[in-house]
Amino acid sequence: MSPVAAPDQINPGIEDVVADAKLHHHGNDPIADQTMVINMGPQHPSTHGVLRLVLEIDGETVVSLAPDIGYLHTGIEKTCEAKFYQQVVPLTDRIDYLSPMTNNTAYALAVEKLLDLEIPEKAQWLRVLFNELMRLNSHLVWLGTHAMDIGALTVFLYCFREREQLLRIFEAVSGQRMMTSYIRIGGVSLEPPIGLYDQIRAFLLDFPSKIDEYEGLLQNNPIWIKRLKGVGYISPKDAIALGVTGPPLRAAGIDFDVRRDMPYSSYEKFQFKVPVSNDSDVWARYVLRMQEMRESVKICLQALDGMPEGRIVADAPKIILPDREQMKTQMESLIHHFKIVTEGFAVPAGEVTSSVEAAHGMMNYYVVSDGTAKPYRVHMRNADYSNLQALETMCKGRLLADVVAVIGSIDIVLGAIDR
Amino acid sequence: MEPAILDTQAVFDKFPEEPGLKALAEFVVAAKYDREELTITVARENVIAACEAVKQAGYNFLEDVTAVDWYPSEPRFQISYSILSFSLKRRIRLVVRLAGEDAALDSITSVWPSANFYEREVFDLFGVHFGGHPNLRRIMMPEDWKGHPLRKDYPVEGYR
Repeated sequence: MSPVAAPDQINPGIEDVVADAKLHHHGNDPIADQTMVINMGPQHPSTHGVLRLVLEIDGETVVSLAPDIGYLHTGIEKTCEAKFYQQVVPLTDRIDYLSPMTNNTAYALAVEKLLDLEIPEKAQWLRVLFNELMRLNSHLVWLGTHAMDIGALTVFLYCFREREQLLRIFEAVSGQRMMTSYIRIGGVSLEPPIGLYDQIRAFLLDFPSKIDEYEGLLQNNPIWIKRLKGVGYISPKDAIALGVTGPPLRAAGIDFDVRRDMPYSSYEKFQFKVPVSNDSDVWARYVLRMQEMRESVKICLQALDGMPEGRIVADAPKIILPDREQMKTQMESLIHHFKIVTEGFAVPAGEVTSSVEAAHGMMNYYVVSDGTAKPYRVHMRNADYSNLQALETMCKGRLLADVVAVIGSIDIVLGAIDR
Repeated sequence: MEPAILDTQAVFDKFPEEPGLKALAEFVVAAKYDREELTITVARENVIAACEAVKQAGYNFLEDVTAVDWYPSEPRFQISYSILSFSLKRRIRLVVRLAGEDAALDSITSVWPSANFYEREVFDLFGVHFGGHPNLRRIMMPEDWKGHPLRKDYPVEGYR
């Protein structure tokens, strides 16, 4: 195939990659080197959203790669600054839309730290339970789409069969399948309905056999093994330098999990293993996430077994909306309700960072307050954003087809990257 | 929660063994310990040296670089670096304050390559210039966008 004659005529942005490529080639013109610049996405089935990659390839080998993001940028951080603290919660759902409750938790933890609120034990355990169910939800979508990218279409249907059950659980507890907004500042929004715990338990007891089923489809499949083993290597040193977190970091042999090492929301009371691998390839990340799903099931069962009794929201009438019954019978509650809805609540000035272990890696919320009822600044640090930076290192020198496998293995959600 | 300590010397007295504080002793402009989080302000000339120093002290992982616009007060911009230590299991926040007229500082991509995307984001949304950055272009907004949306004098709706 002949090299592209004038890359600048195809699309703005490509010349930047060509300029990058020139840097990598120590001043040589990549065109003269017979390399080709191609464009992948933003509407490509295996980029998991609207990710555009500009690749420079030599034959079928990737020479350089540049992600072009921002197609899904909606200015959520700017919008947050115009809302009351409690109105930001539904916005956080839409960032990493595969694990909305994890986003809610990270935001709630940050604001609770600013307010110095004490959260009742039951609310903390409910948060753990639903954070882990969210991890299962996210990993199921990851496995289904990852396998579909590689060519194993059946797995997708199996994964979405189980995900449907999870979505029904989320609907039962919050009224919404995806944008749940269940975890609020000061606790959780609703008492779980009668019978929900049994529904979750039935799902969890059945789920390990379902994981066996997925592994039965994939583990010994020669195509799956060939496409995954030894692909997308990143050294532990590079992983830290490039800001990789979550399963890709642990697959590179670095044993760090926020749930265990910097516990939040009473994770320190749960027993679970943090799977680690040293292979640091796509296969290692696959195996690690499968193990993580099994561990999540254990955490969920512990949460169900030991679910404490008590309130589901903190005792802070000026911050948390009162019970409907109280609001209709007590003057004081009515006033609080009116004040919270119309004026919000003032949060003491300061800046905090909260950190949780989301399905994709470390998720931080940086919230700055100036003492008013609206956040002065909300910044979300998602693992997807920094993990994407490592894509070039993982793909360089490998075949073009491996790029698809590597994108699947770092498990990105473009909503979390572009915000 | 422990009460906040806003005095620099008091912070040093409280944590005499903290490796991050020891490493930063020569660069500190101000330090505070608020809501169990350590925040250290350094001058903008020293940002690379300060990052090198905390990295040597065990804070090996750059989590995040972001900015806060304190318009209309001066110095207007606050650049916050969130740095984590895997071994100490703690994080430290480095802060650099920049005047609105001269919003520029050195890029720390030479210390942590992961700063690349974060600094591009701050450049795009706040208009803060990072000297020595390998590829300082807009990342979220279109290339031909005018203005920097996360500045406080940029309205949420109406303009443009």
